[in-house]
Amino acid sequence: MAEAASPKKKIEEVPEKLHVWPYLVRLEFLCALVVIIALAVWSIVIDAPLEEAANPTKTPNPSKAPWYFLGLQDILVYFDPWFAGVVAPVLIIVGLMLIPYLDVNPKGNGYYTYHERKVAIWVYCFGFLVLWIALIIMGVFLRGPGWNLFMPWQYWDPHKVVALVNVDLPYAFGFRDYTWSAIFGGGVLLAYFGIGTGAYFFMERKALKSVGFLRMFLKIQLALIMIGIVIKIVLRIGFNIKYIMVTPWISV
Amino acid sequence: MANKSPQIPNIAELMDKIKSGKIFSEIAKEITESQLWTSSFRHGYADTPRNRVLQIASNVWLHLHPVKMHRHALRIKFTWCMGGITFLLFLSTVVTGVILMFYYRPVGEYAYYDMKYLQYDVPFGMLMRNMHRWAAHAMVITVWLHMFRVFLTGSYKPPRELNWVIGVFLVTFTLLLSFTGYLLPWDQLAMWAVTVGTNMARATPFLGNEGPFAEFVGVTPRYDARALLIGGSLVGPPALLRFYVLHCIFIPLIAGALMIVHFWRIRKDGGISGPL
Ligand code: HEM
Repeated sequence: MAEAASPKKKIEEVPEKLHVWPYLVRLEFLCALVVIIALAVWSIVIDAPLEEAANPTKTPNPSKAPWYFLGLQDILVYFDPWFAGVVAPVLIIVGLMLIPYLDVNPKGNGYYTYHERKVAIWVYCFGFLVLWIALIIMGVFLRGPGWNLFMPWQYWDPHKVVALVNVDLPYAFGFRDYTWSAIFGGGVLLAYFGIGTGAYFFMERKALKSVGFLRMFLKIQLALIMIGIVIKIVLRIGFNIKYIMVTPWISV
Repeated sequence: MANKSPQIPNIAELMDKIKSGKIFSEIAKEITESQLWTSSFRHGYADTPRNRVLQIASNVWLHLHPVKMHRHALRIKFTWCMGGITFLLFLSTVVTGVILMFYYRPVGEYAYYDMKYLQYDVPFGMLMRNMHRWAAHAMVITVWLHMFRVFLTGSYKPPRELNWVIGVFLVTFTLLLSFTGYLLPWDQLAMWAVTVGTNMARATPFLGNEGPFAEFVGVTPRYDARALLIGGSLVGPPALLRFYVLHCIFIPLIAGALMIVHFWRIRKDGGISGPL
Protein backbone atom coordinates (compact mmCIF):
# COMPACT_ATOMS: atom_id res chain seq x y z
CA MET A 1 0.00 0.00 0.00
CA ALA A 2 0.93 3.63 -0.30
CA GLU A 3 1.93 3.92 3.34
CA ALA A 4 4.33 1.05 3.13
CA ALA A 5 5.95 2.45 0.02
CA SER A 6 6.42 6.04 1.23
CA PRO A 7 9.48 6.74 3.39
CA LYS A 8 9.39 6.81 7.16
CA LYS A 9 9.14 10.56 7.27
CA LYS A 10 5.35 10.53 7.25
CA ILE A 11 5.05 8.19 10.19
CA GLU A 12 7.34 10.32 12.29
CA GLU A 13 5.26 13.40 11.62
CA VAL A 14 2.02 11.89 12.90
CA PRO A 15 2.39 9.98 16.16
CA GLU A 16 1.47 6.28 16.06
CA LYS A 17 -1.00 6.69 18.91
CA LEU A 18 -3.76 9.27 18.73
CA HIS A 19 -6.21 10.62 21.24
CA VAL A 20 -9.62 9.06 20.98
CA TRP A 21 -11.03 12.50 21.68
CA PRO A 22 -11.33 14.11 19.18
CA TYR A 23 -10.16 11.74 16.43
CA LEU A 24 -12.35 8.70 17.02
CA VAL A 25 -15.29 10.40 18.69
CA ARG A 26 -15.77 12.80 15.80
CA LEU A 27 -15.61 9.92 13.32
CA GLU A 28 -18.22 8.01 15.31
CA PHE A 29 -20.37 11.11 15.43
CA LEU A 30 -20.23 11.64 11.67
CA CYS A 31 -20.87 7.98 11.01
CA ALA A 32 -23.85 7.98 13.37
CA LEU A 33 -25.24 11.06 11.65
CA VAL A 34 -25.04 9.43 8.22
CA VAL A 35 -26.60 6.16 9.42
CA ILE A 36 -29.45 7.84 11.28
CA ILE A 37 -30.27 10.07 8.33
CA ALA A 38 -30.20 7.09 5.98
CA LEU A 39 -32.43 5.11 8.33
CA ALA A 40 -34.89 7.98 8.68
CA VAL A 41 -35.12 8.52 4.93
CA TRP A 42 -35.53 4.82 4.29
CA SER A 43 -38.28 4.65 6.92
CA ILE A 44 -40.11 7.63 5.49
CA VAL A 45 -40.00 6.22 1.97
CA ILE A 46 -40.70 2.53 2.55
CA ASP A 47 -43.35 1.17 4.90
CA ALA A 48 -42.88 -2.00 6.92
CA PRO A 49 -45.18 -4.75 5.69
CA LEU A 50 -48.39 -5.60 7.52
CA GLU A 51 -50.52 -8.33 5.98
CA GLU A 52 -53.98 -9.45 7.01
CA ALA A 53 -54.53 -10.60 10.58
CA ALA A 54 -52.99 -13.91 11.61
CA ASN A 55 -55.21 -16.83 10.71
CA PRO A 56 -54.20 -20.30 11.83
CA THR A 57 -56.59 -21.92 9.35
CA LYS A 58 -55.12 -20.25 6.28
CA THR A 59 -51.64 -21.50 5.44
CA PRO A 60 -49.94 -19.40 2.78
CA ASN A 61 -48.07 -21.20 0.02
CA PRO A 62 -45.13 -20.86 0.14
CA SER A 63 -44.67 -20.34 3.89
CA LYS A 64 -41.27 -18.83 4.37
CA ALA A 65 -39.22 -18.29 7.50
CA PRO A 66 -37.75 -14.78 7.97
CA TRP A 67 -35.29 -14.09 5.17
CA TYR A 68 -32.16 -14.55 7.30
CA PHE A 69 -33.11 -18.18 7.94
CA LEU A 70 -33.94 -19.05 4.36
CA GLY A 71 -30.53 -20.64 3.80
CA LEU A 72 -31.41 -23.17 6.47
CA GLN A 73 -34.91 -23.59 5.13
CA ASP A 74 -33.43 -24.36 1.73
CA ILE A 75 -31.20 -27.06 3.20
CA LEU A 76 -34.48 -28.71 4.27
CA VAL A 77 -34.90 -29.81 0.67
CA TYR A 78 -31.84 -31.98 1.01
CA PHE A 79 -31.89 -32.96 4.67
CA ASP A 80 -34.43 -33.95 7.29
CA PRO A 81 -35.51 -31.24 9.75
CA TRP A 82 -33.48 -32.68 12.61
CA PHE A 83 -30.36 -31.87 10.64
CA ALA A 84 -31.31 -28.73 8.67
CA GLY A 85 -33.27 -27.13 11.50
CA VAL A 86 -31.46 -28.21 14.64
CA VAL A 87 -28.10 -29.88 14.18
CA ALA A 88 -26.88 -27.68 11.32
CA PRO A 89 -27.49 -24.37 13.17
CA VAL A 90 -25.84 -25.76 16.30
CA LEU A 91 -22.87 -26.92 14.25
CA ILE A 92 -22.62 -23.51 12.60
CA ILE A 93 -22.60 -21.72 15.95
CA VAL A 94 -20.19 -24.13 17.60
CA GLY A 95 -18.00 -24.28 14.51
CA LEU A 96 -17.76 -20.50 14.38
CA MET A 97 -16.85 -20.34 18.05
CA LEU A 98 -14.11 -22.89 17.50
CA ILE A 99 -12.46 -20.93 14.68
CA PRO A 100 -9.94 -19.05 16.89
CA TYR A 101 -8.95 -22.29 18.58
CA LEU A 102 -8.60 -24.36 15.41
CA ASP A 103 -6.81 -21.81 13.23
CA VAL A 104 -3.27 -21.80 14.58
CA ASN A 105 -1.74 -19.91 11.67
CA PRO A 106 -0.10 -16.94 13.42
CA LYS A 107 0.05 -14.90 10.23
CA GLY A 108 -2.59 -12.49 9.05
CA ASN A 109 -3.49 -11.18 12.52
CA GLY A 110 -4.81 -7.65 12.19
CA TYR A 111 -4.42 -6.92 8.49
CA TYR A 112 -5.89 -7.98 5.19
CA THR A 113 -3.99 -10.72 3.46
CA TYR A 114 -4.99 -13.45 1.11
CA HIS A 115 -1.61 -15.05 0.47
CA GLU A 116 -0.80 -15.86 4.07
CA ARG A 117 -4.06 -17.71 4.78
CA LYS A 118 -5.55 -18.89 1.52
CA VAL A 119 -7.36 -21.97 2.86
CA ALA A 120 -8.97 -20.14 5.78
CA ILE A 121 -10.29 -17.39 3.52
CA TRP A 122 -11.58 -19.82 0.93
CA VAL A 123 -13.41 -21.90 3.51
CA TYR A 124 -15.02 -18.89 5.19
CA CYS A 125 -15.99 -17.22 1.93
CA PHE A 126 -17.47 -20.44 0.62
CA GLY A 127 -19.47 -21.04 3.79
CA PHE A 128 -20.63 -17.45 4.14
CA LEU A 129 -21.09 -16.27 0.57
CA VAL A 130 -22.28 -19.50 -1.06
CA LEU A 131 -23.87 -21.72 1.58
CA TRP A 132 -25.38 -18.85 3.55
CA ILE A 133 -25.90 -15.73 1.37
CA ALA A 134 -26.49 -17.38 -2.01
CA LEU A 135 -29.01 -19.80 -0.52
CA ILE A 136 -30.80 -16.88 1.16
CA ILE A 137 -31.03 -15.01 -2.14
CA MET A 138 -32.34 -18.14 -3.80
CA GLY A 139 -34.81 -18.70 -0.96
CA VAL A 140 -36.15 -15.15 -1.13
CA PHE A 141 -36.46 -14.76 -4.89
CA LEU A 142 -36.57 -18.17 -6.53
CA ARG A 143 -38.55 -20.40 -4.18
CA GLY A 144 -42.25 -20.33 -4.95
CA PRO A 145 -45.31 -22.42 -4.02
CA GLY A 146 -44.48 -25.90 -2.80
CA TRP A 147 -40.92 -24.61 -2.32
CA ASN A 148 -40.39 -25.29 -6.02
CA LEU A 149 -37.75 -23.43 -7.93
CA PHE A 150 -39.04 -20.65 -10.20
CA MET A 151 -36.96 -18.40 -12.38
CA PRO A 152 -37.68 -14.68 -11.94
CA TRP A 153 -39.62 -14.52 -15.23
CA GLN A 154 -41.72 -17.59 -14.45
CA TYR A 155 -45.25 -17.47 -13.04
CA TRP A 156 -45.53 -18.86 -9.49
CA ASP A 157 -47.87 -21.69 -10.39
CA PRO A 158 -49.27 -23.23 -7.20
CA HIS A 159 -50.26 -26.35 -9.14
CA LYS A 160 -46.82 -27.01 -10.60
CA VAL A 161 -46.24 -30.73 -10.49
CA VAL A 162 -42.76 -32.01 -9.91
CA ALA A 163 -42.32 -35.74 -10.31
CA LEU A 164 -40.94 -37.42 -7.19
CA VAL A 165 -38.30 -39.62 -8.68
CA ASN A 166 -35.85 -39.61 -5.80
CA VAL A 167 -34.43 -42.88 -4.60
CA ASP A 168 -32.17 -43.72 -1.70
CA LEU A 169 -28.54 -44.45 -2.36
CA PRO A 170 -28.67 -48.09 -1.18
CA TYR A 171 -31.67 -48.64 -3.48
CA ALA A 172 -29.76 -47.20 -6.42
CA PHE A 173 -27.03 -49.71 -5.69
CA GLY A 174 -29.50 -52.57 -5.78
CA PHE A 175 -30.14 -53.11 -2.06
CA ARG A 176 -33.77 -54.01 -1.43
CA ASP A 177 -33.52 -55.40 2.09
CA TYR A 178 -33.94 -52.86 4.93
CA THR A 179 -31.19 -54.19 7.12
CA TRP A 180 -28.66 -54.48 4.35
CA SER A 181 -29.59 -51.02 3.05
CA ALA A 182 -29.01 -49.54 6.48
CA ILE A 183 -25.68 -51.31 6.81
CA PHE A 184 -24.63 -50.20 3.32
CA GLY A 185 -25.67 -46.58 3.96
CA GLY A 186 -23.97 -46.51 7.34
CA GLY A 187 -20.88 -47.98 5.74
CA VAL A 188 -20.81 -45.27 3.09
CA LEU A 189 -21.03 -42.56 5.76
CA LEU A 190 -18.39 -44.19 7.93
CA ALA A 191 -16.12 -44.62 4.94
CA TYR A 192 -16.58 -40.97 3.96
CA PHE A 193 -15.62 -39.67 7.37
CA GLY A 194 -13.01 -42.35 7.99
CA ILE A 195 -11.19 -42.00 4.69
CA GLY A 196 -11.50 -38.22 4.77
CA THR A 197 -10.02 -38.03 8.26
CA GLY A 198 -7.32 -40.58 7.45
CA ALA A 199 -6.30 -38.84 4.24
CA TYR A 200 -6.11 -35.48 6.00
CA PHE A 201 -3.99 -36.83 8.82
CA PHE A 202 -1.70 -38.51 6.31
CA MET A 203 -1.29 -35.38 4.23
CA GLU A 204 -0.72 -33.16 7.26
CA ARG A 205 1.29 -35.68 9.29
CA LYS A 206 4.18 -33.25 9.68
CA ALA A 207 1.86 -30.68 11.29
CA LEU A 208 0.47 -33.15 13.81
CA LYS A 209 3.09 -32.35 16.46
CA SER A 210 2.68 -28.59 16.30
CA VAL A 211 -1.08 -28.41 15.69
CA GLY A 212 -2.19 -31.23 17.95
CA PHE A 213 -4.46 -34.21 17.42
CA LEU A 214 -7.73 -32.80 18.76
CA ARG A 215 -7.45 -29.61 16.72
CA MET A 216 -6.77 -31.47 13.51
CA PHE A 217 -9.52 -33.97 14.21
CA LEU A 218 -12.19 -31.32 14.86
CA LYS A 219 -11.04 -29.27 11.91
CA ILE A 220 -11.40 -32.12 9.44
CA GLN A 221 -14.76 -33.26 10.88
CA LEU A 222 -16.23 -29.77 10.44
CA ALA A 223 -14.74 -29.56 6.96
CA LEU A 224 -16.10 -32.97 6.01
CA ILE A 225 -19.59 -32.03 7.23
CA MET A 226 -19.49 -28.83 5.18
CA ILE A 227 -18.28 -30.67 2.08
CA GLY A 228 -20.80 -33.42 2.81
CA ILE A 229 -23.66 -30.91 2.63
CA VAL A 230 -22.44 -29.84 -0.79
CA ILE A 231 -22.08 -33.47 -1.91
CA LYS A 232 -25.60 -34.24 -0.80
CA ILE A 233 -26.96 -31.23 -2.71
CA VAL A 234 -25.12 -32.36 -5.84
CA LEU A 235 -26.31 -35.95 -5.42
CA ARG A 236 -29.90 -34.79 -5.12
CA ILE A 237 -29.89 -32.36 -8.00
CA GLY A 238 -27.69 -34.44 -10.29
CA PHE A 239 -28.70 -38.00 -9.42
CA ASN A 240 -32.05 -37.79 -7.57
CA ILE A 241 -30.62 -39.41 -4.47
CA LYS A 242 -32.79 -38.86 -1.39
CA TYR A 243 -30.98 -40.49 1.53
CA ILE A 244 -27.52 -41.94 1.90
CA MET A 245 -28.43 -43.99 4.92
CA VAL A 246 -31.93 -45.03 5.98
CA THR A 247 -32.76 -46.45 9.39
CA PRO A 248 -36.07 -46.52 11.25
CA TRP A 249 -34.78 -43.88 13.67
CA ILE A 250 -32.66 -41.52 11.69
CA SER A 251 -31.96 -40.97 8.01
CA VAL A 252 -29.23 -38.95 6.40
CA MET B 1 -17.67 45.35 17.78
CA ALA B 2 -21.30 45.64 18.66
CA ASN B 3 -21.23 49.36 17.97
CA LYS B 4 -20.08 48.99 14.40
CA SER B 5 -22.67 50.00 11.86
CA PRO B 6 -23.63 47.16 9.54
CA GLN B 7 -21.43 47.01 6.48
CA ILE B 8 -22.22 45.92 3.00
CA PRO B 9 -20.17 42.74 2.69
CA ASN B 10 -17.33 42.93 0.26
CA ILE B 11 -17.67 39.88 -1.99
CA ALA B 12 -13.98 39.50 -2.67
CA GLU B 13 -13.16 39.79 1.00
CA LEU B 14 -15.84 37.26 1.87
CA MET B 15 -14.58 34.75 -0.70
CA ASP B 16 -11.14 35.20 0.74
CA LYS B 17 -12.38 34.45 4.23
CA ILE B 18 -14.21 31.34 3.06
CA LYS B 19 -11.24 30.08 1.09
CA SER B 20 -8.78 30.57 3.90
CA GLY B 21 -11.19 29.02 6.39
CA LYS B 22 -11.01 32.14 8.51
CA ILE B 23 -14.76 32.45 8.38
CA PHE B 24 -15.15 29.47 10.71
CA SER B 25 -13.02 30.93 13.45
CA GLU B 26 -14.84 34.22 13.11
CA ILE B 27 -18.24 32.58 13.42
CA ALA B 28 -16.99 30.48 16.34
CA LYS B 29 -15.77 33.65 18.01
CA GLU B 30 -19.11 35.40 17.52
CA ILE B 31 -20.90 32.46 19.12
CA THR B 32 -18.60 31.74 22.02
CA GLU B 33 -18.39 35.39 22.99
CA SER B 34 -22.14 35.92 22.95
CA GLN B 35 -23.94 36.46 26.21
CA LEU B 36 -26.01 33.33 25.76
CA TRP B 37 -22.89 31.18 25.46
CA THR B 38 -20.79 32.78 28.20
CA SER B 39 -23.68 32.58 30.63
CA SER B 40 -24.03 28.82 29.95
CA PHE B 41 -20.37 27.77 29.81
CA ARG B 42 -18.20 29.53 32.35
CA HIS B 43 -14.86 28.60 30.86
CA GLY B 44 -13.62 27.46 27.50
CA TYR B 45 -12.28 24.11 26.44
CA ALA B 46 -8.52 24.20 26.12
CA ASP B 47 -7.40 21.59 23.62
CA THR B 48 -4.60 20.14 25.74
CA PRO B 49 -3.54 16.48 25.94
CA ARG B 50 -4.76 16.37 29.52
CA ASN B 51 -8.20 17.58 28.55
CA ARG B 52 -8.38 15.14 25.66
CA VAL B 53 -7.82 12.31 28.11
CA LEU B 54 -10.33 13.72 30.59
CA GLN B 55 -13.01 14.04 27.92
CA ILE B 56 -13.00 10.28 27.64
CA ALA B 57 -12.10 9.20 31.14
CA SER B 58 -14.54 11.40 33.01
CA ASN B 59 -17.52 10.94 30.74
CA VAL B 60 -19.81 8.07 31.61
CA TRP B 61 -20.94 7.63 28.00
CA LEU B 62 -17.49 7.72 26.48
CA HIS B 63 -15.40 5.94 29.05
CA LEU B 64 -15.65 2.49 27.50
CA HIS B 65 -13.32 3.89 24.89
CA PRO B 66 -9.61 3.79 25.50
CA VAL B 67 -8.13 7.29 25.77
CA LYS B 68 -5.57 6.64 23.05
CA MET B 69 -5.63 4.40 20.06
CA HIS B 70 -3.54 3.27 17.14
CA ARG B 71 -3.75 5.49 14.13
CA HIS B 72 -4.53 2.62 11.76
CA ALA B 73 -7.63 1.67 13.75
CA LEU B 74 -9.31 4.86 12.59
CA ARG B 75 -9.23 3.78 8.97
CA ILE B 76 -12.70 3.03 7.68
CA LYS B 77 -11.07 0.81 5.09
CA PHE B 78 -9.93 -1.41 7.94
CA THR B 79 -13.02 -1.76 10.16
CA TRP B 80 -15.71 -0.76 7.63
CA CYS B 81 -17.24 0.86 10.77
CA MET B 82 -19.49 -2.17 10.90
CA GLY B 83 -19.25 -2.94 14.61
CA GLY B 84 -20.09 0.62 15.52
CA ILE B 85 -22.96 0.78 13.03
CA THR B 86 -24.35 -2.47 14.43
CA PHE B 87 -24.32 -0.96 17.90
CA LEU B 88 -25.93 2.24 16.69
CA LEU B 89 -28.70 0.28 14.97
CA PHE B 90 -29.22 -1.69 18.17
CA LEU B 91 -29.62 1.57 20.08
CA SER B 92 -32.10 2.83 17.46
CA THR B 93 -34.22 -0.28 17.92
CA VAL B 94 -34.13 0.19 21.68
CA VAL B 95 -35.39 3.77 21.44
CA THR B 96 -38.05 3.14 18.80
CA GLY B 97 -38.98 -0.16 20.45
CA VAL B 98 -39.74 1.49 23.77
CA ILE B 99 -42.03 3.94 21.97
CA LEU B 100 -43.82 1.07 20.23
CA MET B 101 -44.29 -0.67 23.57
CA PHE B 102 -46.50 2.22 24.76
CA TYR B 103 -49.08 1.28 22.14
CA TYR B 104 -48.74 -2.45 21.73
CA ARG B 105 -50.36 -5.21 23.76
CA PRO B 106 -49.08 -8.79 23.26
CA VAL B 107 -52.54 -10.33 23.45
CA GLY B 108 -54.13 -12.37 20.69
CA GLU B 109 -57.23 -10.14 20.47
CA TYR B 110 -55.39 -6.83 20.48
CA ALA B 111 -51.95 -7.21 18.96
CA TYR B 112 -52.91 -6.87 15.31
CA TYR B 113 -55.31 -4.00 15.91
CA ASP B 114 -52.71 -2.20 17.99
CA MET B 115 -50.47 -2.39 14.93
CA LYS B 116 -53.21 -0.84 12.81
CA TYR B 117 -53.77 1.82 15.43
CA LEU B 118 -50.05 2.54 15.52
CA GLN B 119 -49.93 2.88 11.77
CA TYR B 120 -52.99 5.00 11.19
CA ASP B 121 -53.74 6.94 14.37
CA VAL B 122 -50.64 7.36 16.48
CA PRO B 123 -48.65 10.46 15.50
CA PHE B 124 -45.43 9.26 13.88
CA GLY B 125 -46.49 5.70 14.73
CA MET B 126 -45.81 4.44 11.23
CA LEU B 127 -42.41 6.12 11.20
CA MET B 128 -41.48 4.55 14.54
CA ARG B 129 -42.56 1.15 13.34
CA ASN B 130 -40.66 1.53 10.07
CA MET B 131 -37.51 2.69 11.81
CA HIS B 132 -37.71 -0.17 14.27
CA ARG B 133 -38.17 -2.80 11.60
CA TRP B 134 -35.64 -1.48 9.12
CA ALA B 135 -33.01 -0.90 11.79
CA ALA B 136 -33.51 -4.48 12.95
CA HIS B 137 -33.11 -5.88 9.46
CA ALA B 138 -30.14 -3.65 8.77
CA MET B 139 -28.56 -4.80 12.01
CA VAL B 140 -28.67 -8.41 10.85
CA ILE B 141 -26.81 -7.43 7.69
CA THR B 142 -24.25 -5.20 9.40
CA VAL B 143 -23.45 -7.79 12.05
CA TRP B 144 -22.74 -10.35 9.33
CA LEU B 145 -20.53 -7.85 7.54
CA HIS B 146 -18.76 -7.02 10.80
CA MET B 147 -18.07 -10.68 11.37
CA PHE B 148 -16.85 -11.05 7.79
CA ARG B 149 -14.39 -8.20 8.21
CA VAL B 150 -13.17 -9.54 11.56
CA PHE B 151 -12.52 -12.85 9.84
CA LEU B 152 -10.78 -11.29 6.85
CA THR B 153 -8.42 -9.31 9.06
CA GLY B 154 -7.75 -12.37 11.20
CA SER B 155 -8.73 -10.34 14.24
CA TYR B 156 -9.97 -13.43 16.09
CA LYS B 157 -6.41 -14.66 16.51
CA PRO B 158 -4.71 -14.42 19.91
CA PRO B 159 -5.27 -12.48 22.09
CA ARG B 160 -8.81 -11.86 20.80
CA GLU B 161 -10.18 -15.43 20.75
CA LEU B 162 -12.69 -14.84 23.51
CA ASN B 163 -14.03 -11.69 21.95
CA TRP B 164 -14.75 -13.66 18.79
CA VAL B 165 -16.66 -16.21 20.88
CA ILE B 166 -18.64 -13.40 22.52
CA GLY B 167 -19.26 -12.12 19.01
CA VAL B 168 -20.74 -15.44 17.91
CA PHE B 169 -23.13 -15.23 20.87
CA LEU B 170 -23.97 -11.69 19.75
CA VAL B 171 -24.76 -12.68 16.18
CA THR B 172 -26.94 -15.51 17.49
CA PHE B 173 -28.80 -13.16 19.81
CA THR B 174 -29.17 -10.62 17.02
CA LEU B 175 -30.93 -13.24 14.91
CA LEU B 176 -33.07 -14.37 17.83
CA LEU B 177 -34.04 -10.77 18.60
CA SER B 178 -35.12 -10.29 15.04
CA PHE B 179 -36.93 -13.61 14.94
CA THR B 180 -38.89 -13.08 18.16
CA GLY B 181 -39.86 -9.59 16.97
CA TYR B 182 -41.08 -11.03 13.69
CA LEU B 183 -44.09 -12.60 15.40
CA LEU B 184 -45.32 -9.49 17.20
CA PRO B 185 -47.29 -7.79 14.36
CA TRP B 186 -49.52 -10.88 14.59
CA ASP B 187 -50.33 -10.87 10.88
CA GLN B 188 -50.13 -13.71 8.38
CA LEU B 189 -46.49 -13.01 7.56
CA ALA B 190 -45.59 -13.14 11.24
CA MET B 191 -47.59 -16.19 12.22
CA TRP B 192 -46.45 -18.41 9.37
CA ALA B 193 -42.82 -17.38 9.33
CA VAL B 194 -42.65 -18.21 13.02
CA THR B 195 -44.58 -21.42 12.46
CA VAL B 196 -42.04 -22.52 9.86
CA GLY B 197 -39.17 -21.50 12.13
CA THR B 198 -40.42 -23.08 15.33
CA ASN B 199 -41.54 -26.25 13.54
CA MET B 200 -37.86 -27.08 13.43
CA ALA B 201 -37.82 -27.51 17.19
CA ARG B 202 -40.21 -30.40 16.67
CA ALA B 203 -37.37 -32.28 15.01
CA THR B 204 -34.85 -31.83 17.82
CA PRO B 205 -33.20 -35.19 18.43
CA PHE B 206 -34.56 -36.75 21.66
CA LEU B 207 -36.53 -33.63 22.69
CA GLY B 208 -38.84 -32.95 19.75
CA ASN B 209 -41.87 -35.14 19.16
CA GLU B 210 -40.93 -35.77 15.54
CA GLY B 211 -37.20 -35.84 16.09
CA PRO B 212 -34.97 -38.89 15.91
CA PHE B 213 -35.04 -41.08 19.03
CA ALA B 214 -38.07 -39.24 20.44
CA GLU B 215 -39.80 -42.57 21.06
CA PHE B 216 -37.16 -43.42 23.65
CA VAL B 217 -37.87 -40.21 25.57
CA GLY B 218 -41.64 -40.18 25.27
CA VAL B 219 -42.20 -36.55 24.31
CA THR B 220 -45.57 -35.59 22.84
CA PRO B 221 -46.68 -32.70 20.61
CA ARG B 222 -48.00 -30.97 23.71
CA TYR B 223 -44.90 -31.66 25.75
CA ASP B 224 -41.64 -31.27 23.84
CA ALA B 225 -38.97 -28.73 22.92
CA ARG B 226 -41.30 -26.87 20.59
CA ALA B 227 -44.12 -26.68 23.12
CA LEU B 228 -41.68 -25.20 25.61
CA LEU B 229 -40.75 -22.52 23.09
CA ILE B 230 -44.25 -21.49 22.02
CA GLY B 231 -46.30 -22.52 25.02
CA GLY B 232 -48.56 -24.94 23.16
CA SER B 233 -48.71 -27.15 20.13
CA LEU B 234 -49.29 -24.35 17.62
CA VAL B 235 -48.35 -20.71 17.30
CA GLY B 236 -51.14 -19.03 19.28
CA PRO B 237 -51.57 -16.34 21.95
CA PRO B 238 -49.23 -18.05 24.45
CA ALA B 239 -46.48 -17.98 21.79
CA LEU B 240 -47.17 -14.29 21.25
CA LEU B 241 -46.71 -13.54 24.94
CA ARG B 242 -43.57 -15.67 25.20
CA PHE B 243 -41.98 -14.05 22.18
CA TYR B 244 -42.91 -10.62 23.47
CA VAL B 245 -41.19 -11.18 26.79
CA LEU B 246 -38.15 -12.71 25.12
CA HIS B 247 -38.05 -9.91 22.55
CA CYS B 248 -38.51 -6.94 24.86
CA ILE B 249 -36.79 -8.05 28.03
CA PHE B 250 -34.78 -11.22 28.07
CA ILE B 251 -32.75 -11.11 24.85
CA PRO B 252 -32.07 -7.34 24.78
CA LEU B 253 -30.76 -7.47 28.35
CA ILE B 254 -28.42 -10.34 27.59
CA ALA B 255 -27.33 -8.93 24.24
CA GLY B 256 -26.77 -5.50 25.80
CA ALA B 257 -24.68 -6.96 28.60
CA LEU B 258 -22.64 -8.98 26.11
CA MET B 259 -22.05 -5.88 24.00
CA ILE B 260 -20.59 -4.08 27.00
CA VAL B 261 -18.30 -7.02 27.64
CA HIS B 262 -17.43 -7.06 23.93
CA PHE B 263 -16.36 -3.41 23.99
CA TRP B 264 -14.48 -3.83 27.25
CA ARG B 265 -12.60 -6.78 25.82
CA ILE B 266 -11.60 -4.82 22.72
CA ARG B 267 -9.85 -2.38 25.03
CA LYS B 268 -8.34 -5.02 27.27
CA ASP B 269 -7.10 -7.03 24.30
CA GLY B 270 -5.01 -4.06 23.22
CA GLY B 271 -7.47 -2.14 21.09
CA ILE B 272 -8.43 -2.86 17.52
CA SER B 273 -6.11 -5.43 15.99
CA GLY B 274 -3.41 -4.28 13.63
CA PRO B 275 -0.16 -5.35 12.06
CA LEU B 276 2.51 -5.49 14.74
C1 HEM C 1 -24.37 -7.01 18.25
C2 HEM C 1 -23.32 -7.33 17.64
C3 HEM C 1 -21.95 -6.67 17.68
C4 HEM C 1 -21.58 -5.40 18.01
C5 HEM C 1 -22.48 -4.25 18.45
C6 HEM C 1 -20.15 -5.32 17.85
C7 HEM C 1 -19.40 -4.19 18.03
C8 HEM C 1 -18.05 -4.10 17.80
C9 HEM C 1 -17.30 -2.87 17.69
C10 HEM C 1 -17.88 -1.47 17.83
C11 HEM C 1 -16.01 -3.20 17.43
C12 HEM C 1 -14.88 -2.21 17.19
C13 HEM C 1 -14.27 -2.39 15.81
C14 HEM C 1 -15.21 -2.38 14.66
O1 HEM C 1 -16.17 -1.58 14.65
O2 HEM C 1 -15.01 -3.20 13.76
C15 HEM C 1 -15.92 -4.64 17.43
C16 HEM C 1 -14.76 -5.37 17.26
C17 HEM C 1 -14.70 -6.76 17.26
N1 HEM C 1 -15.78 -7.60 17.12
FE1 HEM C 1 -17.70 -7.07 17.31
N2 HEM C 1 -19.69 -6.55 17.45
C18 HEM C 1 -20.75 -7.39 17.33
C19 HEM C 1 -20.71 -8.70 16.92
C20 HEM C 1 -19.55 -9.40 16.67
C21 HEM C 1 -19.48 -10.70 16.08
C22 HEM C 1 -20.68 -11.48 15.55
C23 HEM C 1 -18.16 -11.06 16.06
C24 HEM C 1 -17.54 -12.34 15.57
C25 HEM C 1 -18.03 -13.49 15.62
C26 HEM C 1 -17.41 -10.00 16.66
C27 HEM C 1 -16.05 -10.01 16.88
C28 HEM C 1 -15.30 -8.89 17.09
C29 HEM C 1 -13.87 -8.89 17.28
C30 HEM C 1 -12.95 -10.11 17.32
C31 HEM C 1 -13.50 -7.55 17.38
C32 HEM C 1 -12.08 -6.99 17.53
C33 HEM C 1 -11.69 -6.60 16.13
C34 HEM C 1 -10.30 -6.09 16.03
O3 HEM C 1 -9.60 -6.04 17.04
O4 HEM C 1 -9.92 -5.78 14.88
N3 HEM C 1 -18.28 -8.99 17.00
N4 HEM C 1 -17.19 -5.16 17.65
